[in-house]
Amino acid sequence: MKNRAWLFLAPALMLVSLSAFVPIMTVINYSLHLLFPGSIPEFYGLANYQELLQDEIFLESIKRQFLFTAQILLIEIPLGLLVALAMPVKGRWLTLILVLLGIPLLIPLPIVGMVWRVFTRADLGVVPEILGMVGYDYRPVEHVIDAWITTIVMDVWHWVPLVALLCFAGLQTIPEPYYQAAKIDGASQWATFRYVTLPRLRYVLIIAVLLRAMDSFNIYSEVFVLTGGGPGNTTNFMSLYTSSQAVGGTDLGYGAALSMTYLYIVVMLCYVLYTIMMNMGKGARQK
Amino acid sequence: MKKKHIGLIIYIAFLLIPLYWMVNCSFKSTTEIMTKLTWIPEKFTLENYIHIFSNVVWRSSFVNSLIYVSINVALCILAGVPAAYAFSRWRFRGDKHLFFWLLTNRMAPVAIFMIPMFQLYSNLGLFDTHLAVALCHLVFNLPLSIWILEGFISGVPKELDETAFIDGLSFSQFFRKIFFPLIRPGIGVTAFFCFLFSWTELLLARTLTGVSAKPIVVALTRSQGAEGWNWGVLIAAGVLTMLPGVVMVYFIRNYIAKGFAMGRV
Repeated sequence: MKNRAWLFLAPALMLVSLSAFVPIMTVINYSLHLLFPGSIPEFYGLANYQELLQDEIFLESIKRQFLFTAQILLIEIPLGLLVALAMPVKGRWLTLILVLLGIPLLIPLPIVGMVWRVFTRADLGVVPEILGMVGYDYRPVEHVIDAWITTIVMDVWHWVPLVALLCFAGLQTIPEPYYQAAKIDGASQWATFRYVTLPRLRYVLIIAVLLRAMDSFNIYSEVFVLTGGGPGNTTNFMSLYTSSQAVGGTDLGYGAALSMTYLYIVVMLCYVLYTIMMNMGKGARQK
Repeated sequence: MKKKHIGLIIYIAFLLIPLYWMVNCSFKSTTEIMTKLTWIPEKFTLENYIHIFSNVVWRSSFVNSLIYVSINVALCILAGVPAAYAFSRWRFRGDKHLFFWLLTNRMAPVAIFMIPMFQLYSNLGLFDTHLAVALCHLVFNLPLSIWILEGFISGVPKELDETAFIDGLSFSQFFRKIFFPLIRPGIGVTAFFCFLFSWTELLLARTLTGVSAKPIVVALTRSQGAEGWNWGVLIAAGVLTMLPGVVMVYFIRNYIAKGFAMGRV
């Protein structure tokens, strides 16, 4: 039986290893070297990592990244759940709403940035005009706070449908009798939600939170097109700064060291989230 | 009841207005885009689209994207179903850790893998092939598909497998006749997510391709060419890259509804 398990896992493990193992090894190797294009690589030990601990821009971008992830999780998870709860359970309207929810998800990432750039830039978009009418001077290119909010709104726009779809799927699995029982017991709407719906959605919510957490750390193309990290460095997220060092920068070794640190942070964060959520309301999902 | 419908309508409007603005702009000339803000094109024009379709590069790039996405989805399902079955049915040493390790690959930041991936696939002689992009996208899609499929498979009672074997079905018969039809909605949902993430990822796709397998966005950067930023063409191209997704969602809408209704993602 045990051997059979490995047999079943073999194709998947081989395919993932091919594209994951070699590149990671390459990056680790780079990170220990001084690598200027055109010159011979020089072994550098952990000096790249020491250097990175003093890199103000990198440390700032980590802080910014955590702030961003926390904010979008706080908005997207409840909002997605609300949308899922408001969706009709079946019929033509459900199909229409499912199709509409699918559209933002299926737009290529740089185009998501472009949609919002076209929508919010003063020379192209209509948002500054509308906000100007209510007396708000909206300038995403110059004002830090406007750029930040635009980035958050873009991400919410882009990914709430995913959370909503996952939650909707989870809601479908709750058998009707559960709600009837709650009704007979005279449970209030809130109590029904808190003690019937929410525990049953646990597994789906774990997926949603983890998926959003890890993907928000990887946000790149959208922000790159929308703000390019600006104004200044105020929307320069971890991924943006790291890849500007790894791809556009001069020292590939330093970029690689940044990459490994970055990967380590994401994995740790997801591990913590995973453990916390798995232990929350334990026993609801038995295998 | 009423309140929740109003909320939903407001939300849907929020989803659609930015998209409408894009579509609206795509039918304007570049000068109109830059100088006037109008909700309906003042002078309705198709010239942006004509400009795109008169160019061969554009057309083939759509086909390229569709090819590598299809290979990717097929591989995700073929390798993902057995792996998810193993995780769902058998306990073995290190299974939890292996599962988490698979997930960590999804966390690996795409932008950082650009150079190593490029080197890897160049060395394998796969640079500028559809297969290279499809294989490379497996890093984030295969773990996800195993994750989703595991949920669906765990929803099928274990007793069913045992009964089938007691009744004398071989493993492959059981897989084909009983198991597969039961998890079909799960496969549909998984395919949807794999399509989604492979279709929308363009950074790696762009890095791994040169001429013959290049994806849509490379074509997009083309329009910055000699005459500078041609916003009209750029926006129209953006709208065109959205279309395959919309068409895809439209065709599989009933499967999505059914698959999601089957539940247990």
